Amino acid sequence: MNFDYTEEQTLLENMVTSFVRDDYDWDTRCSIVKTEEGWKEENWKKFAELGLLGVPFEEDHGGLGGEATDIMIVMEQFGKGLVVEPYMPSIILAGGLISKLGSADQKNSIIPEIISGDRRYVFAYAEPQSRFDLFDVKCSATLDGDNYTINGFKSVVFGAGMATHLIISVRTEGDQRSKSGITLFLVDIKSEGITLQNYPTIDEYRASEVVIENLSVSKENILGELGNSYEAIEEQVDLSTIAICSEAVGILQVLKDSTNDYCKNRKQFGQPISANQAIQHRLVDMMIEYEQAKSILYMAITADLNNPDERRKAASAAKARIGKAIKFVGENAIQLHGGMGVVDEYMISHFFKRATMIGILFGNVDFHMKRYIDLTQSNIQSINEEDGINLS
Amino acid sequence: MDTAFSSEDLKFQSDVREFISNNYPKELKDSIGAKRKTGKELSRDDLMTWHKILGKHNGWSAPGWPKQYGGAEFSPTQKYIFEQECARAECQYIMPFGVNMVGPVIYTFGNDEQKAKHLPGILSGDVFWCQGYSEPGSGSDLASLKTSAVKEGDHYVVNGQKTWTTLAQHADWIFCLVRTNPEAEKPQQGISFLLIDMKTPGITVRPIKLMDGSHEVNETWFDNVKVPVENLIGQENMGWTYAKFLLAHERSGIAGVARSKKALERIKQIASAEMSYGEPLIQDPAFKSKIANAELELNSLEYTELRTLAKDSAGKGPGPESSLLKIKGTDIQQMVTELAMEAVGYYANPHLGTTLSNEYVGPDYATNLSGSYFNFRKASIYGGSNEIQRNIIAKMVLGL
Repeated sequence: MNFDYTEEQTLLENMVTSFVRDDYDWDTRCSIVKTEEGWKEENWKKFAELGLLGVPFEEDHGGLGGEATDIMIVMEQFGKGLVVEPYMPSIILAGGLISKLGSADQKNSIIPEIISGDRRYVFAYAEPQSRFDLFDVKCSATLDGDNYTINGFKSVVFGAGMATHLIISVRTEGDQRSKSGITLFLVDIKSEGITLQNYPTIDEYRASEVVIENLSVSKENILGELGNSYEAIEEQVDLSTIAICSEAVGILQVLKDSTNDYCKNRKQFGQPISANQAIQHRLVDMMIEYEQAKSILYMAITADLNNPDERRKAASAAKARIGKAIKFVGENAIQLHGGMGVVDEYMISHFFKRATMIGILFGNVDFHMKRYIDLTQSNIQSINEEDGINLS
Repeated sequence: MDTAFSSEDLKFQSDVREFISNNYPKELKDSIGAKRKTGKELSRDDLMTWHKILGKHNGWSAPGWPKQYGGAEFSPTQKYIFEQECARAECQYIMPFGVNMVGPVIYTFGNDEQKAKHLPGILSGDVFWCQGYSEPGSGSDLASLKTSAVKEGDHYVVNGQKTWTTLAQHADWIFCLVRTNPEAEKPQQGISFLLIDMKTPGITVRPIKLMDGSHEVNETWFDNVKVPVENLIGQENMGWTYAKFLLAHERSGIAGVARSKKALERIKQIASAEMSYGEPLIQDPAFKSKIANAELELNSLEYTELRTLAKDSAGKGPGPESSLLKIKGTDIQQMVTELAMEAVGYYANPHLGTTLSNEYVGPDYATNLSGSYFNFRKASIYGGSNEIQRNIIAKMVLGL
C-alpha cells in the first residue's frame, strides 16, 4: 500500500507545477482576468503542447489514458495557481461525455481536435429551476424530418464564452424531472439560434447564460442514445466533482500555508500574532481540516469508480467533506489575515472566493450530504445481541 | 497510488482473522459482554486473558517489539492490520501500560538484568503494570512533578502522590517518574524513571470514581517507600528523556478508527430498532445526517491514518502528525458515544448495575450508553489533552 505517484505522474506534476510557477504567476493571472476575454488562448495552446489537454483521453485518440490520480495532479496544481482557463469544464466534463458516449466516428473526428486545442466543448446542463438536479431539464426538442428544433435556456455555463462548441442536455421525452428522456446534442456555438450572454463570476472565472431559440440540429449530432443520457451525465459530473475537489485541495493548501506565513510575520503588541495560542490553535485546526480534506480526496480517487454506487458515494463523500473544509479553512484564512483578508488587492481573498464557488459547483454540502445519506443510510439493520459499544 | 494491501499482507490478515476466530474464548466474550450490559467492572482475568493467549503465539501480545525480546516485530502495516482485525472481532484490547509503554523503555534503556526480569512477564501478561506519571499538581505540565526519591544506600526512598493511575487496583508493578534532584536548573533535568513493586510497604491505592460510576483510575500514595537502586532505568536524572520516548510509543493506534467504525455500525442497528415520529429512528433525516457526518469524519481519518502508515512504512516515521490522529480520533469517539446515547431516548436515563439497583429495565442495548458518553469525555483530556496536542502541532509541524 502506498500513496506515491508513478514516475510518469511525478513528471506530470512537475510539468504543471512549473507551468503555474513560470507562466502563471500572480501578476500574470491578475492581468488575464482583467481582459475582455477572461482567459488567454495562448495558454490553451501551451496546454496542448504540454499534452495536458489529452490527459483523460484514450491513447487510441492521442490522449494519455490518464485516470483519476492524473486528473487530480493537474487540478490540484491548477488550484494553487487559480488557473482560469476552462480545463475542467472542457476537458474533464465535456471531454468525458464525448469519450463515454461518442460513436466511433464522433470520437475519431472530435477528440483529436480537442487534444490539439482547436476545439473546445463545454456542457450546458443547468437551468434556472434545476438547481443541482441534473435530470431537471425543460429545454426541449421537436423532431422535424431529420432535424431537431431545440428551444430552452441554460444557466451559468462555465467557459461557454471560450468554447467553440456546446453539448446541450435536452428533454426529448418525459416529464421535466424524469431521468429518462434526456438527450445530448453537439452543436457549433456559432449556430443560428444560440445567443450567449457572457459575464464574469465573483471568483473571476467566466460563465454565460445560453438562450436557445429554434436551434436546428441534425440527428447525426446526437451524442449517445436518444433519451438515454442521464446515467452518463451523472457519471461524468461525479468524476468532474472529484476533479474540482482536487482543485479545492490545492487551494486549501495555499490558504492554509499563506495564513501560517502571514501570522508569523504580522506583528502586533510587539510580537508575531502567531505567538498567541488562540491563533495557533486556529491554525492547527485549519491544518487538520486540510489533511482530512486531502484524505477523503484520496479515498475518492482510489475508490472503484467503475462501480456506479461506489463512484456516487465517493464523489458525494468527498464533495460534502471538502465543502466543510472549504468553509472552515477559507473563512479562518480571511479572519486571520484581518484587514488584508478582505481587500481585493491581496491574493488571499481570491483563493477564498474560488474555493467558496467550488463549494457550490455540482452541488453544495447539503446536497451531497443528502445524496450520501440516500446511498448509505436507508437500510434497517437487525440488531446483533452479541455486540456492544466498546471503544475503551 | 495503491491502497490495496500486498498479497503477503492479505495472507497475514487472513491468518490473524483465523487465529482470532479459533482462539478468542467464547466465555471471555460472554463475560465481558454481560458486564458491559450490566455496567459491571471488568475483572483482571477479563482484562488479561486475551493478552495471555496472544503471549503464547509468536509474541503477538507485543506486536511492535523486536523479535530478540520475544515480540512479534510486525511491520507498520501488519500492526495496523492486527489492530483492525482485533477491533473488528471486538477483542478485549491489550493493556498498553506494559506492552506499549514500559516495555519499550526497558528494552531500549534498561540493563540486561532489568530486561531479563521484566520483559517476559509483560509479554506473557502475567505481570500487570500501571503508569505513575500524573500528579495532582502536574497534569499537562508533567515536568513539574513533585514525588521525590532520595537515595539512601542501596535504595531510594519515595514519597509523594500519583494520580489518574489507571487500573492500579489490579497492578503488580508501577513505573514512575520521580524527582531525584530538586535543585536542577530546569524541572526536566531532575527527574528519574523508577520501577516499583506495588506490594512494597508504604504504597496505598485509593479509587477515584468517575462520573459514570466506574472505577478505572486511582490515587496512588507513596509513604517512605523503599525502592532498590537496581530498579532505576538508565541514568539518574535522565528520566525525562525516557518519558518522552515513551509518549511517542503511546500514540500507536490512538485514532481508534476500527473501533469507532464498529460502534457506528452498532448505532445504526440501535437506530433501526428505536422509533421516532412513528418510523425507525434510522430514517429520521436529522439523525441520519449526524450518522453520515460521523461516517465522513471517520472515512477521512481512516485515510489520514493510512497516509501516516504509508509514510511510516517507507521509514519516514509517523512524527508529530500523530497528534492529529489523537485529536480527530477522540473527537470521533466522543461523537459516536453521544450518538449512541441520543439513539435510545429516555432509556439513556436509568443507571443500572449499581448497588442501588439490581433490576434491569429497558432494552438490553440501551444499558450504560449514557455512561459511555459521560466516561468518554476523558478521551480529549487524557494522553496529553487535545489542547496540548494542538500546541505540539503548532510547534513541531507548523513551526509557530
